[in-house]
Parts: sequence; structure tokens; C-alpha cells
Amino acid sequence: MNIIVCVKQVPASATVAINRDTHTMIREENNSMINPFDLYALEEAVRHKETHGGKITAISMGIPQTEDLLREVVAIGADHAVLLSDIAFAGADTLATAYTLASGIQKINVYDLIICGRQSTDGDTAQVGPSLAEKLGISHVTCVSKIDEISKDCIRCHRLVEDGYEVIEMRLPGLITVVKEINEPRLPSLFGLRRAAKAEIPVWSAADINIDLKLCGISGSPTYVIDTFTPDYHVENEILIGSPEEQAKTAVEKLSEILYTVGAF
Amino acid sequence: MTRLRINLEKCVACLECIDLCPCNAIQYDQTAVYIDQSCTLCGLCFSKCRFDAIHYKEVLPEKPSTENKMNTAGHKGIMIFGEQREGQLQEVVRELLGEGKRLAVQLDTTVSVVLLGMHTDALAKELFAFGADRIFQIDHPLLDYFNDELYADMIVQVVRQYTPEIFLVGATTYGKSLAPRIASRLDTGLTADCTRLEIDAEKRLLKQTRPAFGGNLMATIICPIHRPQMCTVCPKIMLPIEPDFEKTGQVIKPNIVFSKGIKTKIVEHIKLKSNHANLSDAEIIVSAGRGIQKLQNLELIRALADCLGAAVGASRALVDSGWIAYSHQIGQTGISVRPKIYFACGISGAMQHLAGMMSAKYIIAINKDPDASIFKVAHLGLVGNIEQIVPALINEIKSHYHY
Repeated sequence: MNIIVCVKQVPASATVAINRDTHTMIREENNSMINPFDLYALEEAVRHKETHGGKITAISMGIPQTEDLLREVVAIGADHAVLLSDIAFAGADTLATAYTLASGIQKINVYDLIICGRQSTDGDTAQVGPSLAEKLGISHVTCVSKIDEISKDCIRCHRLVEDGYEVIEMRLPGLITVVKEINEPRLPSLFGLRRAAKAEIPVWSAADINIDLKLCGISGSPTYVIDTFTPDYHVENEILIGSPEEQAKTAVEKLSEILYTVGAF
Repeated sequence: MTRLRINLEKCVACLECIDLCPCNAIQYDQTAVYIDQSCTLCGLCFSKCRFDAIHYKEVLPEKPSTENKMNTAGHKGIMIFGEQREGQLQEVVRELLGEGKRLAVQLDTTVSVVLLGMHTDALAKELFAFGADRIFQIDHPLLDYFNDELYADMIVQVVRQYTPEIFLVGATTYGKSLAPRIASRLDTGLTADCTRLEIDAEKRLLKQTRPAFGGNLMATIICPIHRPQMCTVCPKIMLPIEPDFEKTGQVIKPNIVFSKGIKTKIVEHIKLKSNHANLSDAEIIVSAGRGIQKLQNLELIRALADCLGAAVGASRALVDSGWIAYSHQIGQTGISVRPKIYFACGISGAMQHLAGMMSAKYIIAINKDPDASIFKVAHLGLVGNIEQIVPALINEIKSHYHY
């Protein structure tokens, strides 16, 4: 079984706390990390390999420094890692990203299953997985919370839905995106770290993956951000002052009025 | 090609952004700060620039290549994915119809729904009542239950035949799985989890707004050249119109071809009551965030919920810390809710969380930080420690309502 795991470098700052007094980030040494959801994808691949054998290739599209994170991915258990990096890929939206990843995966060529995290913590769209499957012409299942079994040409897994879960069978090759309920990701082992230090991580440019420049990066992205803003909600609000008891008393008096006006009872 | 610009008149070269950039894309050459090609446009720098010197606007390529240019004029109308499950229309479809109607007026066009399923005639009536002008109905046993591949195949055929300018999908589990497949096959743009839609009538553009960049701010996104303009829309944000059950419309049965060799099969659907912790129907929700500080304090939150007959929600931070199951998570990546009263306890008010609860009728925030952004959206704010305020509230409620 050949498994491809897609990973993304995301800013660690998105999850780092803000110091409320100075309004600065409480920063750790590294300010980028592997998208946490992708670690579940990697873990699931590693677990499968441990019990059934096979090969895991990690792939990422990103800036050259992503190579360091791909080394971490190798340390955790991927056999190989490939980085797609080219100025032409910058500014890609989900469609252009899916196209670029698909071109890279087509170069890897041999695969049975692709595993992605459900979404990234920075973009948060959850669109690249299904979009990539479409570009490769394979099926997909999103929000996978459990894999029952993987045979040579079929996977049976659980998809988390609003009111429970579905048991789905998909013929391979196929793509799944996983949710964090699926496993508990491991940390790299010492052996893994040593192996990763020596691992060769090829960096493929646009020319290497034979890509149409009009379809990747900013030129291949149909969507544009035209504005960003901090919303002004214009809520007429009242902030209470006083001891907890005084505030509670006023709040509950208000609450009775509100319950009446909004008709909660 | 970089789309971030530094306004040198505003930039004071504090160099904070250089430290902040996860891509090391910001440089300083002793005269000016500039952004180089390793920029991935993550947006971190401009959302944090204290001098508002980094801009993300005017990003359209100056000359869109004519090769890519699509004849947008040939695309008319708003189309909605009429998601149904077991013969029941999903609530978000009524919301999309309401919103679609509002947008259609500005574009002087109509709203249609793609309805896939089996024996869906009753749903067609309901769709007309809630504002649909036309329904593209495909009734087939194979479509009874949702299937990504089949549904995508059908919808792509309908979209290609009837060329809408806008295609809206509810951001449900199915919608979020289906929409990227459709957009990818049509090679068009797709914006996820929108919370606001507006029309630029002159350019006939859909302005799609969603929380972005880790929830620090909102981004408005357009899809200028490709059609249809597609987005998924958060449930419980848009408002349905008053239904008019006298209203009818045109039912069209499109000519479609069923693809062979569908590779996914749903074997079973197991329903679990607890999956969304009854949040979607709750009239009152008491939610906790990282500000509750201790796991034990979650019991206080539960006690407050109990005495109000409320459901318990949580912020992403609390779920990520493993204190409470994902099924309780409210926000962009959890569930969206529209309760009558929403208590936010120890929740700072990140945009992603707000996206999931902003349509609550009345928001009460409890936070020890008087500057927390949650107070900007709350109708009533209580400032203080959760450990003191919540027990005081419980006491007061109990004495007030004579438990």
C-alpha cells in the first residue's frame, strides 16, 4: 500500500496566546508548524504501515523553509517527503493549490490512498482535500473519524456527520480527510530524528512537475481578497460593574425581562 | 506579483512585522521595509501592524489575461443546492433561499434550486413557498441518499446547462464535501463558510465575507472572472423569508446522464443523539472558553446551564485542550447556533467563534478582561472571575425563580 500524506506549513502564531497587557504574541522559538490536522493524517498512515507495511510519501506545497517541517514529518514516520516550491505557486487559493498538489502527486505517480487533514488552521476552508481528489479524478471521503479496514482496492471508514456517523466503502485509489477523533498523533522518535537529519527532501519547481503556469499560484486563483476588516458590530451593550453578587442580581433582573421579550419560555 | 503592499508613509520601520512573519518574507534594507517573494499572503503581518501600514487591497491583476477571461455575461441567476436528508429539507436551504432572494433583487434575476433525491415533490412545494422561482428536480432512487460523486456529477451537468452566475451551498458536512468537488471540476472559485454576502450591482459581483487568518479579522473575497461564483454559507446566519404556500413556480427536469462506476458506497448511517450536544435546537446556550481556567470550573458552567435548562457549548480553545468533546464546539469549524440567549463564559471572542453564535438574539458575556472582544458583541457584560460570577448568577437565578 502506497500512502501519500498532504501536509501544510501554518503559522504557529494562529494558536499562540496573545499577551493581553502588551498585545503581543507569546511566541515560541519556531513561528511555523505543521498544520495540526495533518499530524492526524500522518499518524493514521504510520499506523497502517506498522501493521500492514507499505510506503508513506509526504507532500507539501510551500516556501523553501517548509523543508524543515518535512524533516519532522520523516522523523515521525514518513519514508519520503517532497516539497513543491516555486515563486509561481505563491498566492494560490484552494483551486490553484489543489491543482499544484495534483501535479506533484501525478509525478509521484504510484499511490493507493491519499490522506489529508480535514482543514488547515490558517485557511480553515477544508476545501483542498475534495478539490485535490477531483483534480486527480479519484473519489474522496471527508471527516473520517475511523478506518475499519483497508484492503488492496477498498477502504471502509467512518465519516462524522451532524447526527452521527456513516460507514462508507470507497474503492481505491481514493482520498480521505481525517478529523482529530481518529487517533492520537505521536512525537518523533530519536531514531526517526536521526533518519530525518540525513533524509533527502527533493524540492520540485513548476518546471519539475510540468505544470501550467496559468493554473497555479496567483494567476491560477479565481478568488481574490479585496478587503479585510475588523467587524464593527454596533451592539448596544451594557457592561455591569460592582461585586459579583451585585452584577449577578442586575443580570438576573435583566434576564427576566429578556426572557419575556425574546420569548425563551 | 506580491499582493501585500507596505505604505511607506505610514510605516515607521518598527520592524515588528519582520519578527512576526512565519515565512521570513519581510526584509529591511536600512531605508525601507519591503515584502519579498516568499510571502504566502498569510495575512499575519497586516492584521498585527499597529500603524496600519500594510495593505492587502487592490489585488486584482492589472490585466486579467484574456485567455482566462470567461464570458461572464452569459451567466445569469442564482442557484442553490437544495440539500435534503431523508426527505427533509435542511434548514440552511431555507436560509439560502431568503438570502438568495435578497441578492436576486439587486441583480434583477431569479433564484433556482437544484433538488436531488427521490419522491421530492413535497419539498418542491416547500422550496417555492420559501422563495424559489425555479426548481431543477432530479428524482432517482440512486439519489435518495447523499453521495459526493453522484451529486457532484448531477449538479455539474445542471450548472453547465443552465449557467447560473452564483451557486450557493450550505456549509454542512455534505455541502462542504460536495462544493469543492463541483468548483474544482468547473475550475471556478469557492469561498468557504461565508457569514455575509453582498452584491456589487455594477460589476455583478458577489462579495463574500468570511472570518480569516485564525479568526483575527474578516476577509471579503470576490471571484471576478470565473463563473459561477461559488461559496458555502454558514448555517444559522442568513434569514429565511416568511413562507407563502400559495406560491408556485417552474419545475424543470433537466436532461442528465448518470455516470457509471460510482466508487463510494454508504453502507450504514448510525445516528448518535449526542453528536451535536443538542446545541442546534437549544433556546439557551451556556458556553465556556479558555477563560474558565480550570477543568473543574466546567462543572460551574454545567450547573449554570442546568438551572437555565440550557445546552452546553464551548470555544475551539477549550475543545483543543481536550476538556470537552468536539461535539460541543461552537464556531466556524464547529457548529453554528442561533439560540435566543447565549452565555459566553470566559470566551475572548475570536472571529471564528463569533461566526458561529453572532445570530443569537441576546448575548451575555462573562469575562474577567474588560477589554475582551466578546464585550463588543455582547448585549450584556459581566466583568469578573468566572469562579465568583457564575456561582453568584446561579444563586440569584435560583432565588429569583424560587427553585
